[in-house]
Amino acid sequence: MTDNYLILPIFSHLVTAVLLIFAWRHVNIQRFISLCGHVFTLALALQLFNKTWKAGILTMQAGGWKAPFGITFVSDTFSATLVVLTAIAGLAVGIFSVVGVSKARMQFGYFAISHFLLMGLNGAFLTGDIFNLYVWFEIVIISSFVLMTLGGKKPQMEGAIKYVTMNMLASTIFLTAIAILYGLTGTLNMADLSVKVATIEKQELVNVTALLFFIGFGIKSAVFPLYFWLPSSYHTPPAAIAATFGGLLTKMGIYAMLRTFTLIFIPDPFMQNVLITCAILTMFTGAMGALNKTSIRRMFSYLIVCHIGYLIGGLGLHSQVALTGVIFYLIHDIVIKTNLFLSSGLIHKIRGSTDIRRLGGLYADYPKLSLLMAIIFFSLVGIPPLSGFWPKIDLFKASLDANAYVLLAAYIMASFFTLYIIAKMWSEVFWKPLPKRVEDLNDFDKLPFFKQAMLVFPVIGLALVSLYIGLGAEKIYTISERIAANMIDTDYYIRAVLKK
Amino acid sequence: MELLLIFLIGLLYSSGIYLMLRKSMVKLLIGLVLLGNGANILIFLMGDIAKGRPPIIAADAGVFTQMYADPVPQSLILTAIVISFGLQAFAIILLKRVYIITGSDNLDTLNTHDLDI
Repeated sequence: MTDNYLILPIFSHLVTAVLLIFAWRHVNIQRFISLCGHVFTLALALQLFNKTWKAGILTMQAGGWKAPFGITFVSDTFSATLVVLTAIAGLAVGIFSVVGVSKARMQFGYFAISHFLLMGLNGAFLTGDIFNLYVWFEIVIISSFVLMTLGGKKPQMEGAIKYVTMNMLASTIFLTAIAILYGLTGTLNMADLSVKVATIEKQELVNVTALLFFIGFGIKSAVFPLYFWLPSSYHTPPAAIAATFGGLLTKMGIYAMLRTFTLIFIPDPFMQNVLITCAILTMFTGAMGALNKTSIRRMFSYLIVCHIGYLIGGLGLHSQVALTGVIFYLIHDIVIKTNLFLSSGLIHKIRGSTDIRRLGGLYADYPKLSLLMAIIFFSLVGIPPLSGFWPKIDLFKASLDANAYVLLAAYIMASFFTLYIIAKMWSEVFWKPLPKRVEDLNDFDKLPFFKQAMLVFPVIGLALVSLYIGLGAEKIYTISERIAANMIDTDYYIRAVLKK
Repeated sequence: MELLLIFLIGLLYSSGIYLMLRKSMVKLLIGLVLLGNGANILIFLMGDIAKGRPPIIAADAGVFTQMYADPVPQSLILTAIVISFGLQAFAIILLKRVYIITGSDNLDTLNTHDLDI
């Protein structure tokens, strides 16, 4: 079904960002416009999801050029779900930023750039053209470069160099892969690519191209040998920015990988092995990395890497059950990782540090806040009936079905290590008495009640979303199942786009 | 022509990666620029090089009968060049800032262990 509505979630962020540029130095006006933009986009995104759920799949041809020739925008259930999640995470981070980001950063365009970033994400989720996907990727990374370097402290710059280099390298590899794919097929439309790639005689060339895509997206989504830039850069920017990065940016890489490897390059046994091996090593190294870190934000960064392995492993199994699990986990992960970084920002505001050797006694001082964070951590670990538990059933079942016992062992091990890391963090940060020290770095109590509420409210909101995902698992499961079914049966997507 | 371009692409990619592996930040940047240019020429090569054959269908023929210069890769390259301009401009400013802060061009000086952030 053709519907021009699906451009609106992209457009609303663009308009917001442009309006924000006009209010360059007026911080209060910027805060207001940004919040309005987030709320408005969330409403648009929910409406888009509603429409997509009813119609099955929505398409839009830019400039009226028919499918394989023009740039197509496609909103299937997968895209629409991710747009909604981006809007939810964006709104939460937006509210947190009102107090959580320094005025100096706002005066240098923090809000405008963050809206450009979200615009890029929505564009990447909604496009049906592989080169257009590259362009949205570039919009996202250039915005993220600016967000990462705003402030310009030494550790930030060190992180930024690694981040910028790896992302530019990833883009170049992605571009190379597009070039070869275009040379092979002569098209850029993803649905058309899906049809044409299957008919190519030289499947070795297709495999090489697929691997180039895997490396390009793998760098962006922090898969095993290519993840090291993530833990060395994600802990440097302020919590609000890190939350956007941790919750959404790596997931964009995962989205691109899921899209290309279920639509264009259906994994053959070789590719499945590559994906599964990388997944196992990603989980292992992520868990090991998190074990010996003392800064909680570094721990969380490594946990991002660890849990990327879950998603890649499920993709490698490539069955209906596995993909259902992957989608469910992705939905859970976006919410929970955003919330983890927001709560680390809250802890930093309270104690003036994120180093566990200088933290402690949070439960004694802030029992309600601690219980709130307990919900987040329990959901992350996957204690039933919270949100992390349900997708694991599917992922475990799928690996048993495929006789992938090593992967199953890795899943269990990674879950166990996540539990251990969170338990260690809980006892260090919340239960241990506060180490004696001279200066009091508590910025949180000095804030007026309104500002405290602005910091706590997004954490509560995202925790409620997590609770909903966990307790209303049936609905999320239905959505995931439908997305997975559309991934296995690619004909549905192709027919909708090419109007055959 | 194709063979020449293939060698050029290989040269650009290999020298780009070699420069990226060096310790100097400036060389890192030049490496990224070379890689980007290599990718652009690769796109150009992939779209069938045909000299003096514009992609215009003659009035009496309904479809293309001969090889033609594909306009899509050229528009892709234009887009990619503009994007890489932006990224490289940003990277240059970033490297300059880092140089001012650390006072060194050596990438190994960027590994201070930040204990408390």
